[in-house]
Amino acid sequence: MDKHFFFQKYGLSERDLENYLGAALAAGGDYADLYFEYLTSTSLSVDESMVKSASQGISAGCGVRVVTGERTGYAYTDDLAPEKILHAARTAALIASGPAKTPVVSLKDKARPGLYPVTGAASDAELAKKVELVFRADKAARAYDSRIKEVRASYADELRRILVIGSDGTFAEDVQPLSRMSVFVIARDGELSSKGSSGGGGRNKFEIFLTEKTPEHFANEAARQAILQLTAIPCPAGEMEVVLGPGWPGVLLHEAIGHGLEADFNRKKTSAFSGLLGKRVASDKCTVVDNGTLNERRGSLNVDDEGNTTNNTMLIEKGILKGYMADKLSARLMGLPNTGNGRRESYEHIPMPRMTNTYMLSGDDLPEDIIKSVKRGLYAVNFAGGQVDITNGKFVFAASEAYLIEDGKITAPVKDATLIGNGPDVLTRVSMVGNDLQLDEGIGTCGKDGQSVPVGVGIPTLKIDRMTVGGTGSAR
Amino acid sequence: MATTVTPVEVDLREMATDVVKRAMELGASAAEAVVGEGSEFSTVVRLGQVETLKESGSRALGVRVFVGQHAANTSTSDLSPEGVEQLVRAAIELAKITSEDPMGGIPAVEQLGQIEGDLGLYFDDVYSLSNEERIDQARRAEKAALAVDPRLTNSDGGTFDASIGRKVLANSHGFIGEYRSSYCSISAVPIASDEAGNMQRDYWYSTARTLAKLESPEEVGRIAAERTLRRLGARKLKTQKVPIVFDRQTAGALLGHIFEAANGDAIYRHASFLAGKLGQKAFGSNLTVIDDGTIPGGFGTRPFDGEGVPTRRTTVIENGELKNYLLNTYTAKKLNLATTGNAARGLAGTPGIGNGNFYLQPGEKSQEEIIKGVKQGLFLTEFLGFGVNLVTGDFSRGASGMWIENGELAYPVEEITVAGNLGDMFSNLAEIGSDLIWRGSVACPTLRIEGMTIAGE
Repeated sequence: MDKHFFFQKYGLSERDLENYLGAALAAGGDYADLYFEYLTSTSLSVDESMVKSASQGISAGCGVRVVTGERTGYAYTDDLAPEKILHAARTAALIASGPAKTPVVSLKDKARPGLYPVTGAASDAELAKKVELVFRADKAARAYDSRIKEVRASYADELRRILVIGSDGTFAEDVQPLSRMSVFVIARDGELSSKGSSGGGGRNKFEIFLTEKTPEHFANEAARQAILQLTAIPCPAGEMEVVLGPGWPGVLLHEAIGHGLEADFNRKKTSAFSGLLGKRVASDKCTVVDNGTLNERRGSLNVDDEGNTTNNTMLIEKGILKGYMADKLSARLMGLPNTGNGRRESYEHIPMPRMTNTYMLSGDDLPEDIIKSVKRGLYAVNFAGGQVDITNGKFVFAASEAYLIEDGKITAPVKDATLIGNGPDVLTRVSMVGNDLQLDEGIGTCGKDGQSVPVGVGIPTLKIDRMTVGGTGSAR
Repeated sequence: MATTVTPVEVDLREMATDVVKRAMELGASAAEAVVGEGSEFSTVVRLGQVETLKESGSRALGVRVFVGQHAANTSTSDLSPEGVEQLVRAAIELAKITSEDPMGGIPAVEQLGQIEGDLGLYFDDVYSLSNEERIDQARRAEKAALAVDPRLTNSDGGTFDASIGRKVLANSHGFIGEYRSSYCSISAVPIASDEAGNMQRDYWYSTARTLAKLESPEEVGRIAAERTLRRLGARKLKTQKVPIVFDRQTAGALLGHIFEAANGDAIYRHASFLAGKLGQKAFGSNLTVIDDGTIPGGFGTRPFDGEGVPTRRTTVIENGELKNYLLNTYTAKKLNLATTGNAARGLAGTPGIGNGNFYLQPGEKSQEEIIKGVKQGLFLTEFLGFGVNLVTGDFSRGASGMWIENGELAYPVEEITVAGNLGDMFSNLAEIGSDLIWRGSVACPTLRIEGMTIAGE
């Protein structure tokens, strides 16, 4: 990577950085850091078989944080002139009120892993090649079935360069590529309409869209879902057995369990999982990790947004709660290991504990045996999204593709099913875990306190013995 | 006194017009530039202690160009002369790879304009408090909440936020306009525990364009506490069909879906259940929905839209008849209609469609009277999750609220979903409340809707 990007582009020196940290700690404070970010992004989409517009953007800035006890002062600037950074540092320093501290042990640039390409990343590809991807998706989706009437396919990539320096000696640079394709279609058949969507990507080279994650792959999947939904029946409402398909339905794990295991909620004792470390929170078939170290995954990071290397963190082992996901502040205040989960949306935002790639490990059951074991239930294989109330543990998901299971067989597709449950409860009802762990295609974005970050999710096929399913149909 | 950190040495109007001029010099046939700047302050006080204090300013620039019928747009936070030149050149370059779209373009000259006079959008008092006073607002809101009842044992804090912003828009038809806006808000998020240790959280907030109209921290805290306490001891429900009374918040969320369905972008794509229904009686006679971007001081008010077209009052639904879609220049051309001045754009990207002040015409009864009229039913106060299919209007979301027994709120309920179809739901408005209160740019009075399915145990 082009080492010391910010030094070259903005004429920064180590001396400057130490000055800024000094200004940040001028009124005391236990810790200060600066987060420099330079983000370039490109997006384009095909719509009605035209690339109607294309966008490019550059966003750069620096955020300064000062921590004193449990208090955080924060200020940012989108102008990287030295006096503007100093002004931000002095503003953030207002959180503390004490004698100045001289921070800085000398900044140490530690070795870190290389989980993603820094040359040949998707953002380096020629624009014409990116345009070709969306046209191919449009063509494939329309060719799938004459009932596909609307197709929108988009491609987006970004390259984020960051530099984090901290008064504890942290010095971390990273170049983080990210790209994705997505396809959205509407099918119509007489009076009936339905929609389908698909997408994926990661921190990968552009070639992945030509080999593995091709436009045709996503187009066919979106079209398949939309055509299927044309024949879907209303979803019956009530409690029933639920089988989750592998991969993206892991978003349920992310919402129902993952957020409750972020250390900040547990430090404040506002999570339904507070105080449960070492206790049983899931059936003994469940082992769940958060792993930021997977190659090229959407949720992976060489270093988190506080400059720490990410980890493969055991959250739940055979049903027992083993750990929380922590950032620097939570780790210090709770006496927990720092798991490298400190993330932020941009330089405008204060970092907090966030997930990376969160998934359940494979079990021993064959997926077909899981389906066979269900007398009457729901098989949910795709979700549109979900939400959780961290305090009472309640969560909700909308299934965009689901089927009835009747007497051990998958039968009719159902539309607009909603799953609702209680986070601390739901994994205790997992009675079968498939041997088919899949991670999602790389499309997930997680929101927390108004900040969005890319994440990954995954599960093997899972059977949950009892869940509330919402829908308009009557039981059958 | 706190001061904004935004420097004033750059003339934003000049910057916007220069960018348009430069784009035309470099070969654009039409161009539009938007410059935004803002300052924000926020603080969270939790359990009496300051948890975060954040203060900053920012400024950025976006440009949209048309080279013939080829469009592209770029944005940057680098406002140096080199940064701006790079922005314009990149946009012109990018337009080479986009398709020819006969419907593309900025508004015609005669459509451009703006509402003159003070619309009451900007009050500099939101930035007049010292940091100590701001922290005190947040602290008082939390303190008032926690003082209501000993079962309120924890908190996600009290907050005070303030922001001011300025937006300048210029285009190659000679339009130049700008406006300032201001906001301030207070919130409280208390947490209550019952004897068994089960926790519930809820919140309340007040937001305004001037400190003078902000509710007191004590009032915000008290309501937040009441909303949280009433959730303790929540039960599940059996799966059933009963009348549902939606409070103003949840009714507003439903009405928001009507906005999305009337959005010209969804209409021309046939991605809305309202597509093709213009002029038809799509709903019951008691439904009238209006979008008005001109209400003085409104949260959805602005003198011109994201393309320099004056905002206006548009009747979307009148006595059940679908009268108008909400449109920007592009979607209007696609539908062979005229723009309604609803273009919305940030600095980056293509203009979308946004609402002005979007509301459902209130009826006669108070919320209390509506609840009294229900023998058995649900008073729905919160949605969870996103289960709305605008193509079909099918609606299914998680919910919580209070069970109504013989016209009285009996006990809290949670872990249920409610489902129906938006078209049917807004055709079955059994009651419309008189309580239209603006707390954002979408407002809806209390609604009673029949025929929806509640899924529970």
